[in-house]
Amino acid sequence: MKALISSLSENRLAQILLFSVYVLITSASLFLAEKSVVAFLLLLLSILILYFLNLKTVWKWIIGFVILGVLLPVSASQGPSYQSYMEVATLVGIYVAMALGLNIVVGLAGLLDLGFVAFFAVGAYTYGIFATPQAANFMPFGSYPLSGGSFWIFLLIGCFAAALFGILLGIPVLRVKGDYLAIVTLGFGEIIRIVFNNMDKPVNITNGSMGIASITPPSIFGIDLLYPNQFYYVVFGIVLFTIYVVRKLEYSKVGRAWKAVRENEIAAQAMGIPLVKTKLTAFAIGASFSGMMGVVFAAKQTFVDPTSFTLLESTTILVMVLLGGMGSVPGVILGAAVVTILNLQVLTELTNWMNQLSLSGVIAIPEALSPVKMQRFIFGALLIAFALYRSQGLLPAKNRKYNPEELKNKTEKSSILLLSKEKRQA
Amino acid sequence: MLTDVIQTLPQVIVDGLTLGAVYAVIAIGYTMVYGILELINFAHGEIFMTGAFIGTAILLTFSGIGWLSAMPAIIVLIIVLIATSILTGFLGMGIERVAYRPLRNAPKLITLITAIGISFLLQDIIRFIAEVKKGNYIITGPSLFTGKMKLEASSLWPQFHDASFKSTFLVVLITAIIMMLVLDLFVNHTKWGMAIRAVAQDRDTAALMTINVNKVISVTFFVGSALGGATGVLFAVQYGTIDPYIGFILGIKAFTAAVLGGIGNIRGAMVGGMVIGMLEMFAAANLSGLTGGVFGAEYKDVFAFIILIVVLIFKPEGLFGKAAVEKV
Repeated sequence: MKALISSLSENRLAQILLFSVYVLITSASLFLAEKSVVAFLLLLLSILILYFLNLKTVWKWIIGFVILGVLLPVSASQGPSYQSYMEVATLVGIYVAMALGLNIVVGLAGLLDLGFVAFFAVGAYTYGIFATPQAANFMPFGSYPLSGGSFWIFLLIGCFAAALFGILLGIPVLRVKGDYLAIVTLGFGEIIRIVFNNMDKPVNITNGSMGIASITPPSIFGIDLLYPNQFYYVVFGIVLFTIYVVRKLEYSKVGRAWKAVRENEIAAQAMGIPLVKTKLTAFAIGASFSGMMGVVFAAKQTFVDPTSFTLLESTTILVMVLLGGMGSVPGVILGAAVVTILNLQVLTELTNWMNQLSLSGVIAIPEALSPVKMQRFIFGALLIAFALYRSQGLLPAKNRKYNPEELKNKTEKSSILLLSKEKRQA
Repeated sequence: MLTDVIQTLPQVIVDGLTLGAVYAVIAIGYTMVYGILELINFAHGEIFMTGAFIGTAILLTFSGIGWLSAMPAIIVLIIVLIATSILTGFLGMGIERVAYRPLRNAPKLITLITAIGISFLLQDIIRFIAEVKKGNYIITGPSLFTGKMKLEASSLWPQFHDASFKSTFLVVLITAIIMMLVLDLFVNHTKWGMAIRAVAQDRDTAALMTINVNKVISVTFFVGSALGGATGVLFAVQYGTIDPYIGFILGIKAFTAAVLGGIGNIRGAMVGGMVIGMLEMFAAANLSGLTGGVFGAEYKDVFAFIILIVVLIFKPEGLFGKAAVEKV
């Protein structure tokens, strides 16, 4: 068995063959079966398998793109629960982007932010207020609601609004030590929620605890985006963009500075890294992803109210990051997907199943134990288990490996170039 | 406007003292643990909540078997307090043993995350038990003290209105003060207290002086959690209705109190708790009047957080703490 696996990990052709067979079977069963959550989940799992295949990175990206962009929507489109699958996939995307944002703050810069959902709320309310007549209550000019086309601009505005809040919170807070930061951000998250909950007087801005309903759906080329399968592509695009940006950032100068600050603040400072500025960028960039997804969330739900932005939500995103592996981009994506699917599909399915069992009288399970209500228990247990036994997460972060010889050649070349340039100038 | 403030002042002080005493005792738990481990024990608010539920459960059992009417209320209260504090004390010790001790040398971030995990776990376990037993997780216990009292503040100064309060107010205040006094004696005048202070000051040197550090940390958790649990009972007695989520926001406010008093400083935590309790009640009574209705009493929770942020920025060592010098 062991020899088989090792030979398989060597043989690229066999891997590709097996993988395509797997993808074909799962997508075919998703296509043919009336209602098969299992096939849907297995098809999503193929992305994880793809990650471990012995292939060139470019090919992995292309295959992953085809599976998620074409195969999944097409094969799911036949069943009656097409929209609910797409809904789950869209929410997975939203949480992936948010978790990637939090990963910058917690995983790369090592700042525990427990009020992350506040930035999500800022983004959601930014779009929610201006895409409903709500804005007419306090804006002196313009006519509201804005048209659905403004959604695309609001993606950026939500980004900036959240980043602004991140900086506003960060300036006073980042001067305090690490563990205070956690509790202050937690307090900030609560403040934002309470403020949004009460901003219906003296001027009605957020409509208080009633929430803002019937938000204008976004439109593109005159088509209104109303259904999850349309949003799926919007979110898919944003997630691809987010992954690209996060990977670029991680290996940039500021990314290395974040990691240095995470490992040892004093040493980082001694190497000339400006502490407050570096932390502020982490805060602002992490927040901006969250704000952007807030806009998408508001547009998708067409309804926002303060109860969507509780501490439980912040902790859920933290669980995603910790479960996947702090600082590891593929890990965080996996973590976000696992937690979201657990929340939306597995727990509800389990509850339905248990209800059926109770109804048919096989076993009596008290209402209080229904898995949907056990979120806190499950997340708490996951947090403890992973912190104690696998604090590096499911897919631990890896530092990029450099070939010393290559690097040497490169620097020599560039120094020669530099020298010759100087000579020419002289 | 000002006359309103003055008229309601006696009532605000009475309510503020009760709430402040609760905050103060919980803040002690935060401060003791922080002083000894430099760890924010997020689960402490949940230990308080567990204490409230255990106390209510005992009271309900007593009233079920008819002991409640047979015994004087004060004796019932003492029995419940002692039983609850022993149980929550062991709970705190267990949490330390399982979740914090294995991570003592891990990065602080990880320990904080386990603390959050513990607090979520406790919330859900308590909710589950309450819901299975009672059908609802919001529970109202039997009331121990039903008398009402009146403070004739208007005879003191005619501007004041009279303050009315339940007689539990006195019980809560006195019990809380007794607990704080006993704790102060314990920490400052006993051998164990000396050991706790020594470990808080320098763990390694304390170990060299033949102090069993693990045991001292366990005792600290026991004492802090026992106090937290007992305060939970007081809270349940005073306010009647409890749910599994009371610990979270109350815990944050108590933590604010601990920071305000200088974290690690036990007497500071007591003062800080009283100040926060007073300020909150003052805000709840007067915020809407003072701002002309723009901000209502619902902003009182925001108040505590703003105090926390302001203290952390301008005086991170708190009112009574010593400024920490970071060692390289």
